[in-house]
Amino acid sequence: MAGQDALFEYLLRLGDNALILGHRLSEWCGHSPALEEDLALSNVALDLIGQTQLWLNLAGEVEGKGRNADKLAYLRDARDFRNVLLVEQPNGDFAVTMARQFYFDAWHYLLLRDLSGSKDGRIAEIAAKALKEVTYHLERSQEWVLRLGDGTEESHRRMQEAIDDLWVYTGELFEADAVDAAIIREGLGPDPASLRDLWLGLVRATAEEATLSLPQPGWVQKGGKQGLHSEHLGYILADLQFLQRAYPNATW
Amino acid sequence: MNDSLTRPDLDEIREWLGDVPDPEVPAVSVTDLGIVRDVRWDDDELVVAITPTYSGCPATSVIALDIEMALRAKGLDKLRIERRLSPPWTTDWITQEGRQRLQAYGIAPPAENADKPSPFDRFLRKPLTIACPRCGSENTARISEFGSTPCKAQYQCRACLEPFDYFKCI
Repeated sequence: MAGQDALFEYLLRLGDNALILGHRLSEWCGHSPALEEDLALSNVALDLIGQTQLWLNLAGEVEGKGRNADKLAYLRDARDFRNVLLVEQPNGDFAVTMARQFYFDAWHYLLLRDLSGSKDGRIAEIAAKALKEVTYHLERSQEWVLRLGDGTEESHRRMQEAIDDLWVYTGELFEADAVDAAIIREGLGPDPASLRDLWLGLVRATAEEATLSLPQPGWVQKGGKQGLHSEHLGYILADLQFLQRAYPNATW
Repeated sequence: MNDSLTRPDLDEIREWLGDVPDPEVPAVSVTDLGIVRDVRWDDDELVVAITPTYSGCPATSVIALDIEMALRAKGLDKLRIERRLSPPWTTDWITQEGRQRLQAYGIAPPAENADKPSPFDRFLRKPLTIACPRCGSENTARISEFGSTPCKAQYQCRACLEPFDYFKCI
């Protein structure tokens, strides 16, 4: 794949992961189990939406067709979104939300750490900025996995179920395709497979301390990076894009 | 205003910026927080470079507007606000005066020289000692990882029972 096309695709993946997870978290606003969690989830969502703006604006700049972050977020259809399947999974209960967050944060942290050394200075500076925020997200989601896993019988049961149910979506994080190959070749980002051992090490150590068991590696649910999504994404976009679709070009 | 004799000195402009309050924590100014990264003349245009504290901080655009309005009020009308991401903002850039003002306002300033190990070394992390901005006791506990803005956490003093904001260290 040609350099600029691959870079555009790659930036969409980074931006869409942050956008869709940020949107999912914002769905908790006003519904969280406690006020502190309402604040926390909304603030993590805010960080992710901020990162989305940086990535998608850069994607629009690279594409060179006059699209900015808003146009890319509000005016693409599901097939054109490039987020991994993990982030579009429904919030479920609080254990599902925090397990999804922990799987994602641990990977996001490792990815951003490598991207902050990207040969493309624009990627490096966004990654370095986002890494500070994501470090905090990871500390928080890890604490919740520990607290719920090694908590009451009921919290343990729910966290174990969440860890099991979401496992099938984690394999996609480490699989490379032609876009990744082009990015690796040009020194812009890491080989996704190279993040796996560190990720698994942290997830395994956390699960053990939380008295949880990790599923065996097996069949992997994938396709999001190439635009093949679960049905959930359509519902997210219906909500996220409603205003721009109903009132084109409306501004704040 | 392209005559260097009539354009104000950069130090004077920095002083004016020292009177622009942060919109969310008005006890401190944008220079106290280290948000203003550069002030320079580009020919006859004044350029002020600012950096966001957090990438999603909604105050960033308000800060840009406040700076612009403050400088226009001083008669500077050719100016440009530049957004700078790198190096990323750190609480280490908050000035000593800024730390004192936060404290006086009831917000515990960020821990100094806190080690920032990777979350992959979580067992190396030591719990931070945060002093209550009201009574000074170090017997405090975190009650929420986030507070009223992304840059703060909620603590409570176990000595005087006062709940307070802590400006997180990043």
